[in-house]
Amino acid sequence: MTIPLILSAVFFFTAISGGRAAGEDSRPAYGDAIVVASIGDARTLIPILASDSASADICGMVFNGLVKYDKHVNIVGDLAESWDVSEDGLVITFHLRKNVRWHDGAPFTSLDVEFTYKKLIDPNVKTPYSGDFERIKSLEAVDDHTVRVAYKEPFSPALSSWGMWIMPEHLLRDEDLNRTAFSRHPVGTGPYVFKAWKTGQKIELVSNRDYFEGRPFIDRYIYRVIPDESTIFLELQTQGVDLTGITPLQYTRQTDNKFFRAHYQKFKYPSFGYTYMGYNLSDPKFRDQKVRMAINYAVNKREIVDAIFFGLARVITGPFVIDSWAYNKEVVDAGYSPARARALLAEAGWKDSNADGWVDKDGEAFEFTLLVNQGNAERLRCAEMMQGYLKAVGIRMKIRVLEWSAMINEFIDKRRFEAVLMGWFLSRDPDCYDIWHSSKTREGEFNFAGYKNPEVDRLLEEGRRTFDQAKRAETYHKIHKLIYEEQPYLFLYSGEALPIVNKRFRGIEVSPIGIGYNFIKWYVPKGEQRYR
Amino acid sequence: MLTYIAKRLIGLVPVFFGITLISFFVMHLAPGKPTDIQTSLNPKVSYEARLRLEKLYGLDKPVYVQYLDWLKRFIRFDFGRSYIDDRPVSDKILERIPITLLINVSSMALILLFGIPLGVISAVKRGTFLDKASTVLVFIAYSVPEFWLALLLMSLFGISLGWLPVSGITSLDFEYLGVFGKVLDVAWHLILPVSIAAFGSLAGISRYMRTSMVGAIGQDYIRTARAKGLAESQVIYKHALRNALLPVITILGLSVPGLIGGSVIFESIFAIPGMGRLFYESVMARDYPTIMGVLSIGAILTLLGNFLADIAYSYADPRIRVSGE
Repeated sequence: MTIPLILSAVFFFTAISGGRAAGEDSRPAYGDAIVVASIGDARTLIPILASDSASADICGMVFNGLVKYDKHVNIVGDLAESWDVSEDGLVITFHLRKNVRWHDGAPFTSLDVEFTYKKLIDPNVKTPYSGDFERIKSLEAVDDHTVRVAYKEPFSPALSSWGMWIMPEHLLRDEDLNRTAFSRHPVGTGPYVFKAWKTGQKIELVSNRDYFEGRPFIDRYIYRVIPDESTIFLELQTQGVDLTGITPLQYTRQTDNKFFRAHYQKFKYPSFGYTYMGYNLSDPKFRDQKVRMAINYAVNKREIVDAIFFGLARVITGPFVIDSWAYNKEVVDAGYSPARARALLAEAGWKDSNADGWVDKDGEAFEFTLLVNQGNAERLRCAEMMQGYLKAVGIRMKIRVLEWSAMINEFIDKRRFEAVLMGWFLSRDPDCYDIWHSSKTREGEFNFAGYKNPEVDRLLEEGRRTFDQAKRAETYHKIHKLIYEEQPYLFLYSGEALPIVNKRFRGIEVSPIGIGYNFIKWYVPKGEQRYR
Repeated sequence: MLTYIAKRLIGLVPVFFGITLISFFVMHLAPGKPTDIQTSLNPKVSYEARLRLEKLYGLDKPVYVQYLDWLKRFIRFDFGRSYIDDRPVSDKILERIPITLLINVSSMALILLFGIPLGVISAVKRGTFLDKASTVLVFIAYSVPEFWLALLLMSLFGISLGWLPVSGITSLDFEYLGVFGKVLDVAWHLILPVSIAAFGSLAGISRYMRTSMVGAIGQDYIRTARAKGLAESQVIYKHALRNALLPVITILGLSVPGLIGGSVIFESIFAIPGMGRLFYESVMARDYPTIMGVLSIGAILTLLGNFLADIAYSYADPRIRVSGE
């Protein structure tokens, strides 16, 4: 009796697995469209002029740079097949891919690279990215597929700066880049070909069947502009939007239900940025490192992350991308300790001598104003929590909310602030010379805290000259440690990017650089495709 | 009459330039520069690159020189180019006008279609339950925040019932539709926004209508009409309504400039690319040429609307004309 039973069991199982193969064909297939929602419209699709995230999203699909980052945040070739850096670090020679064609069929050559470079340094072109390219001494197209770039001095972030999207020389040579029609009809080399742009509504791209890395599976890419976040969320519920970023609240609470589990997949990865409280170091209150360290002890960062981000953010200790090779994992946060904060304040001379609850020194209570920009609810909540923590150690912090432009122009640039709550968006290269070097303290420059440390200056210069990643890592680890010890900023948290994607899309793998890096490999199985 | 019109027209010119002058300087009083979005606090943008951008946009010149530059161009009907994307401001405004007009005109039609009968009924049935109910209804409609109502109805009709699209003005397969299909598609997308826009404005027209109707019904000629033995419906709709409509038409005339204006919140919620969003975005980006373009068109339409109203009045009422001459 046992034998037939086993047999039937075997049959039963084969029947099921056979049925599954026929009914749920989940093999990669071409076709379908992806609808991406964005709160802002693109401004221009000229790659070297694009400075907002919507324009960059589209340019990233239509254009390629010479290099790009792979999923492990290593620089790999894109339009360049390979490159050599000379011994002294002064010359980079790029060997370009052959047989790459622009979307109009013209071949991609070194002339395009040379053209893009010339436009980047042309004083009449309204590009904000000239900085990295001004360091180039000469750029020479050796032959159709070789470009030699000589620098005035060794500059290791140079390689990553060549992730800049390359523009077609044959279409733009006689155009004024500031006002060419190309900005609304771009032609690139990338995985997607520009199709249409309806201002304020949508931008539509179609897949490039001859893409040098292979034809993308998803045929159409539709970038919809929906300025209101609640509307985007409603559109998710009608499945009218396939991909968008959501908030921590939406991630943890509002999408934790049957509908979203059935139709969407959620991802998270560290964003390339961090939030901090920057001090005006020329302010007498903040000149003493002990005071700054006391504030570091007084603020419970863990609780901020848990309360505001539902745990979807990480406490940081330094100015680098968390998880990147530059970030020094040995620097650990000193932790939350109001007692130590009080002790340090007392050491610095701040004591509550008149027993009114606020610490004072020379008859003056410790009081300062924190500037926060308008429209960032999370930052404002963070400021409010900090207000409570500081009150507990006897520091009175006031909060002033200002419109972004007004805050930057009137207060930060002119150094008329005591402390400010802000964020830095980081590039993938860890060079942060402009933020920390003591020479970058002019009005409008980024070292507005006024941080000066000769050792850090030296290390920043060294980091820019070193090409070897292991050696550079050492340098940046030292910078990280020094800056944390000195506390020119109160380092707070780095948020997580939280994209949500419709479940019919397969092949998505989250990595330290996000989910978009292998977009051309995403697909929708034939039976689940929604759009033609 | 002609000299009166000419005088009035000439009088408008200094008023218009006064408006542009004040707008221009007030706009420059707001802190911040058009280049901020591109450059501020982006560590990849060097100090030199930033100064270069400011020079390219002409922002290093004194404000009065910038105003004169703008004026010189404006006189040649050149609105200049947007600082955001370097497209002609006139193009940017023109591409927003059709959808804005479409929504405003259709919601205006809805308002008239429902507001006038509502006002008439309230007036005729003054003091009854119907009158009170409609009063309460229109005031609720007037006080409910538009964005809140919009989100609730989007959730109801878009998600729970699935009858209407949530946002946008066309479907994603719009371009594959025939002409008739396209018209239907747009209409289908506009049902919610247009009805919500109209709903909130019902109060105004229906109240005006009710008041002027109540006034008309109390007139002697209505008593005369009744005394003649006319049917009640003829008395109301022929004699009273016609007279009661006059003040409402004046109000309509004054709402002409509003037809090309749009509401930011409303357009944002429904993802409609209209004039409201254009203006808001240009203010946030300190896109001076676009701000000035939208403002001057608004100023011209308002002045013209007032002017036409004056002419119409003086045509109808000699007393006004006399004081003008």
